[in-house]
Amino acid sequence: MTASGAAAGRVPRARFPGFDRVGVVPAALAALALALPLVTFKPNRIAAGRGVAFWAALPPAAAAAGGLLLLLIGLAACLRVAPASRLGLALVALAALAGLVGLAPGAVALPGMPYARVSFAAGFWTLLLAFGIMAADGSARLALRPGPRVLLLGAVLLALAGLFASGWWNGLSILKEYAAHRDGFWAEAVTHGGLAFGSLFAALLVGLPLGVACARMPRLRGAALPALNVIQTIPSIAMYGLMMVPLGLLAGAVPFLGALGIRGIGAAPAGLALFLYALLPVVANTAVGLDGVPRDAVEAARGMGMGGARRLRAVELPLAAPVILTGVRIVLVQNIGLVTVAALIGGGGFGTFVFQGTSQAAIDLVLLGAVPTVVLAFTAAVLLDAAAEAAGRTPA
Amino acid sequence: MIEIEGVSRRFGDTLAVDDVSLRVEAGTVTALVGASGSGKSTLLRMINRLIEPSAGTVRIDGRDAASVPGEALRRGIGYVIQGYGLFPHWTVSRNVATVPALLGWDRARIARRVDELLRLFDLDPDVYAAKLPHELSGGQQQRVGVARALAAEPKLLLMDEPFGALDPLIRAKAQDDLVALQRRLGITVVLVTHDMEEAIRLGHRIGVMERGRLLQYAPPAELLARPAPGYVERLMGGADRPFQLLSLLTVADARDDGPADVGADVAPVPETLDLRDALGLLLWRGVDSLPVVAADGAPRGRLTLSAVLRRAGRPA
Repeated sequence: MTASGAAAGRVPRARFPGFDRVGVVPAALAALALALPLVTFKPNRIAAGRGVAFWAALPPAAAAAGGLLLLLIGLAACLRVAPASRLGLALVALAALAGLVGLAPGAVALPGMPYARVSFAAGFWTLLLAFGIMAADGSARLALRPGPRVLLLGAVLLALAGLFASGWWNGLSILKEYAAHRDGFWAEAVTHGGLAFGSLFAALLVGLPLGVACARMPRLRGAALPALNVIQTIPSIAMYGLMMVPLGLLAGAVPFLGALGIRGIGAAPAGLALFLYALLPVVANTAVGLDGVPRDAVEAARGMGMGGARRLRAVELPLAAPVILTGVRIVLVQNIGLVTVAALIGGGGFGTFVFQGTSQAAIDLVLLGAVPTVVLAFTAAVLLDAAAEAAGRTPA
Repeated sequence: MIEIEGVSRRFGDTLAVDDVSLRVEAGTVTALVGASGSGKSTLLRMINRLIEPSAGTVRIDGRDAASVPGEALRRGIGYVIQGYGLFPHWTVSRNVATVPALLGWDRARIARRVDELLRLFDLDPDVYAAKLPHELSGGQQQRVGVARALAAEPKLLLMDEPFGALDPLIRAKAQDDLVALQRRLGITVVLVTHDMEEAIRLGHRIGVMERGRLLQYAPPAELLARPAPGYVERLMGGADRPFQLLSLLTVADARDDGPADVGADVAPVPETLDLRDALGLLLWRGVDSLPVVAADGAPRGRLTLSAVLRRAGRPA
């Protein structure tokens, strides 16, 4: 208090908003991005494209007004503006970017070129990154409580949904890919979510009791955690490969399991591999969370005649919940990403588009798989962070 | 009444408690004193069977504690520990309600009891019931800990260094509160402490333990006057022994009916004051005697310096 007061006293020229060092990063990125091609124009889906600069990709008036707005907001990021304004300005910039890029197909492609594709290029991604950093920086400095944070996320997702529903981006290549794969997209989305959440659920069913047992029995912990650690180090592709042989043999030997859909390729080995990856964070965080429960509280609970099961449920698990939820967050974000690779062994999910796109050299199809994966992982991370924080501060 | 007979507890190769027998009369305070590792906490925890004895029996009101399931036994015995062990994620009122809830009391009865206890411990329910433990001061947390231990109206209260985490000023107040509470409720208290002054201040009887053995078990005055040779004698042999002896007596024990040779304007001492504090007043005011009054203000003769000093020496 006194130190900062003295420091403030020594800087009387604080009336002018000072220079913000962290803000230089998004500002520099934004300035750089305006010099990069905003979109790529291709005569057809897989032809080589040519980059189109920001100024050329948009109608002149939109390019001038939009470019000026983005530059000004980038400049504001360099100044010491309040965190709320920082976040608000970044969101305005992101919205403006989404609006502007929707104008590009009309400005770049000619009406007589039905197969022409306009897709995002380095300039767009860099602008997205720049204002994404600015928004994240602003929201971190705001230190929003869990509730408002979730509301903000909901608002952003709703705005995205509105953007897609409005058809404003329909001219862009990624949405053309979406239109061509509409049914498959939602089926893969369900598979993707099912694999990520299903394996998490299974890992919780097994991992929570195992974590509790590890916290109680040091010798079990000494054996279980290193073993799970080794599993974590197996590369995901190798792990999927490893699953194929035993599951294939199992399905061959027990036809009933085969009839249930358990075979060497497909969702079963993918789910099993994800389950194994998920175990370590769940088990380790449960054990560590229980270690962190104040000993006095456990001792008092015993001394008042609280039984073991009740002590676990009423005292130990609630107090360990923030750490356990952090483990769940790690698992979910990790799984959402790893499911993508599961498409290699026929596991389905958004990875299907990524691998199809790679084999067809169709970058936009890769994006159709990659972008929803990132959005899903980001959403899961924000929600579970908020849950962990809420569990740590509210009375049960 | 607690009867501990030939109780031992072995941890691996060490004998933490070695063949201890003692008897705690109902409605009294017993202090177990010793250095850390002396076995005093282990002995306390064998009373509510948080630790099972390796040998010997503990009887509570005539019933063998081993014949009652441990959890049921503990629900009937109050238990307070040094860090209080309040559940940090529960409100004050839910903390206090722990044992009644375990016993399955109905909501209304629990609410009434919690309200009553918070008032008893000088914690306004409107202000404190909904607070979380970390929002309370150390002294308030300690009171919540004791209130929680007494919630189901146990006849026996076990306390393991209950004042150890409090600063001296608040500790003295908490000790006075415990004495008043024990008298008012008539409960039996067994208290573990490493602080002999605390033991003398609170205990009707004091058990001194060292390396698992109970060396002496006696009322404080006897412990001061006739300490067992060896460890207890060294423990009790501090230069402040006379003052500790005086702290056990009150003005009523030393007063006589003579006239106080001071002016009428000198403030009298109440006959319930302990003699150590009374000596302090005599010395501070530089007088040889002070008038004594009863609780209702009626004159009760005088207290002379020589009468106080006579009681500060080694008893015959």
